Amino acid sequence: MNTIPTPAPQDAATPIVIVGHVDHGKSTLIGRLLYDTDSLPEGRVAQIIESSKKRGLTVEWSFLLDSLQIERDQGVTVDSTRIPFKLGNRQFVIVDAPGHRQFLRNMITGAADAEAAVLVVDANEGAQEQTRRHAMLLRLIGIRHVIVFMNKVDIFNYDQKKIEAAERDITKLLHQLEIEPTVFVPASAREGDNMASRSDKMPWYKGPTLTEALAAVPAPSSRADLPLRLPVQDVYRFDTKRIVVGRIERGRIRVGDEVVIGVHGAKARIATIESWHTAPQVAAVAGQSVAVTLEPDVIPDRGDFLFPADHAPLRAARIRTRLFWLRQEPLRVGESFKLRLATAEHQVTVAAIDSVVRLEDLTEHPAEEVPPEGFAEITLAVSETMLFDPFVSGTADGRGVLVDRNQQIVGGAPLIGVAESVAGRNAIHPTGSAVSLWDRAQAKGHRGGVFWMTGLPGAGKSTLAREAESRLFARGIDVSVLDGDTLRAGLCADLGFSEADRRENVRRAAAVARILAESGQVVIVALISPTVADRELARQIVGEGFHEIFIDTPQATCEQRDPKGLYAAARAGKIAGFTGVDAPYEAPLKPDLRVGTTDASRDETAARLATYITDAIRLDAAAQRQTS
Amino acid sequence: MDDLDQLEAQSIFILREAYRKLKPLAMLWSLGKDSNVMLWLARKAFLGRVPFPVMHVDTGKKFPEMYKFRDEYTKKWNLELLLGDCPPVEEIDPTLPPAARSAARKTAGLAAMIDKYKLAGVIAGIRRDEQATRAKERVFSPRGSGHKWDVRNQPPEFWDQYATPHEAGVHVRVHPLLSWREIDIWRYIEREGIPLVDLYFSKEGKRYRSLGDQDITSPIESTASTVAEVIAELETSRTSERAGRAMDHESEDAFERLRVAGYL
Repeated sequence: MNTIPTPAPQDAATPIVIVGHVDHGKSTLIGRLLYDTDSLPEGRVAQIIESSKKRGLTVEWSFLLDSLQIERDQGVTVDSTRIPFKLGNRQFVIVDAPGHRQFLRNMITGAADAEAAVLVVDANEGAQEQTRRHAMLLRLIGIRHVIVFMNKVDIFNYDQKKIEAAERDITKLLHQLEIEPTVFVPASAREGDNMASRSDKMPWYKGPTLTEALAAVPAPSSRADLPLRLPVQDVYRFDTKRIVVGRIERGRIRVGDEVVIGVHGAKARIATIESWHTAPQVAAVAGQSVAVTLEPDVIPDRGDFLFPADHAPLRAARIRTRLFWLRQEPLRVGESFKLRLATAEHQVTVAAIDSVVRLEDLTEHPAEEVPPEGFAEITLAVSETMLFDPFVSGTADGRGVLVDRNQQIVGGAPLIGVAESVAGRNAIHPTGSAVSLWDRAQAKGHRGGVFWMTGLPGAGKSTLAREAESRLFARGIDVSVLDGDTLRAGLCADLGFSEADRRENVRRAAAVARILAESGQVVIVALISPTVADRELARQIVGEGFHEIFIDTPQATCEQRDPKGLYAAARAGKIAGFTGVDAPYEAPLKPDLRVGTTDASRDETAARLATYITDAIRLDAAAQRQTS
Repeated sequence: MDDLDQLEAQSIFILREAYRKLKPLAMLWSLGKDSNVMLWLARKAFLGRVPFPVMHVDTGKKFPEMYKFRDEYTKKWNLELLLGDCPPVEEIDPTLPPAARSAARKTAGLAAMIDKYKLAGVIAGIRRDEQATRAKERVFSPRGSGHKWDVRNQPPEFWDQYATPHEAGVHVRVHPLLSWREIDIWRYIEREGIPLVDLYFSKEGKRYRSLGDQDITSPIESTASTVAEVIAELETSRTSERAGRAMDHESEDAFERLRVAGYL
């Protein structure tokens, strides 16, 4: 029996974030709203009632949200949650953002893609620190529809004059942030006034109730009519086809369209749109995750935009951005990060702090640093020219995140535009080359790259590096070797063997390797680099194209070889802190390549290394990686 | 694009991010409806292929229909299947209530597989609407040493930028279905014609709404015998999906303790 028709397609749920100062009544509002709109699952209501009883309390609607025991014990909401509810036929998702100050990163996690916000303000207390902080955040993430929920007006005995005075204060604050509140709702969440039904205690109020205000939030505006932006997420090679995948951020594609690819500007035509288990596609729009083939078969990199020739994004190596800073320590000029923008990753340095927001009155001031969890405008110097669109509300691109070397997100950065040069005495000015990596790779016939060889003293790193260098050079590859002893003879002659000096040695080697690799060279680094942290530092500095190669020779063999007599000296106590004797060597757990040197001849080992490097630097290496 | 198109596009984006950023990567296949939808989405993302292995952490106590389904579709969909077993219940924390203790076997079995294959990423089909604790999850959820979930110290995650730590001993749980609701899963199954174990459909007035081990899952009263009927039933139902899962109800914190230790 199958008489029930398939349900009609539905619109996606509208996300609504609830923000406001701690104890101004966010959780009560949500609990009450779900109750009033009959949206509570039976199981949960029973749980709340039981929990409230256990604690000897009358039913507290806010317990609904505090579903984790640790939260209830502390009486604060730890993290954001998403709660679906329906008004008529329209689906909403409530994003509950916590009011506790140090949980900013959880709030932004929940609020970042909301369509509208409800700012809950205790009528009696007015705007508090987190009211201002959250309002600032709403501005930075570009939420335009702000409903101000003036809570607890029962305290004023529903007095029109007092309520309107409180409204004026909030309006002034929001206007400072260029936020035009959509509507003010005087209400009491606990009493249910102006929630789902009109309060009979404020006959003077003619505006909407909360649910009426929510129902009036416009549906997300379509990004399909803007010029195309398709950031490349990955390139696959399946069977004989090379397939470029990504999600369309703006605009639409159609088979036959001509597109420009990334900063290098190659042109191609969309040859096909590939899919599985759907009707054949000839077009796709913003929001869809697509797979396309290109004609001619050019190979974009992850992070390249596909865009129309007549509507190119901005191009700059110095950009201005707003910033909400999520770290618990301040941010200073000169710090380096990765800027992740859609699928691209750019190496950036903070070139200037242009202004910092003072949270007490939301005014902007010059400052030396961005305080923990602060808001600012900064200038970023990018290591190479990048493409971007400034952030505007209603689009999902044009806003990046700053990522530290542990791959942790430390800030959100809605981009403003191209930076004017020279800003303040602390500004530094790294320059970006107009010759792109791709131009260089095409001229040389191979990509640049850094092959970082780590291993115990005497493992054979330098010997192998030199052998491989000869072989690669004979194949016409532009290759050079940086080895530990050679570096210490010159560039690092001022360094000793303390932990700090060793780390500096690694940093310099990596920085030089990066410069060479960016000029299109293949760089083989032979450096003990004994700790995981050393190699991670090198990987962070070099970025894309870093390969960790573990020369895995057993210590006994190294000690037996002892080409420089160093093990003997260390054993005799003449050298202190010698890796493998009285300083630890942390072998890589997941090297890109592991090379054993005991069960193959030196020739065979060098040949294997040269083959690995040759494969990794091929012009189509980005696509090759995916099929291995 | 309707709501299912949007959910599908988002899940495909997440799966492609995981495949790009986390190697080696594997997908958990519990043989239930959610993980079948997840496999289907992987085939959409990778144009008919599943370019990483699928893992079944076998408690040895699943329903016979589930094993039959596994073997049939492993062949049909050309999957690389990794199997792992779970330790006997005697080796599990005796302070857990009985059903949670039984469920914790799977956590131990999963941890062993992650270590054995040195996985950097594990794709799992949990959803926010299943259980309050799961509502707190991230799409990319890093697990520290001992596979522990630190619910109070989760990385920020916004604008589709996901945490991808490169630390030894840390792996990432990837949750492509986090934003889906139970009814979305069923509507998608209906739209796409995704095959399921028939335990989900009513026989003699009962069906399973959620499938776990035989001894800790119970069927619900239902006459829904087709996908369309299940959807119609869910539109009017207000009891929670995991009502039939014993370990969720034993004590207030049993489920959270399971999850902190690495349960899905």
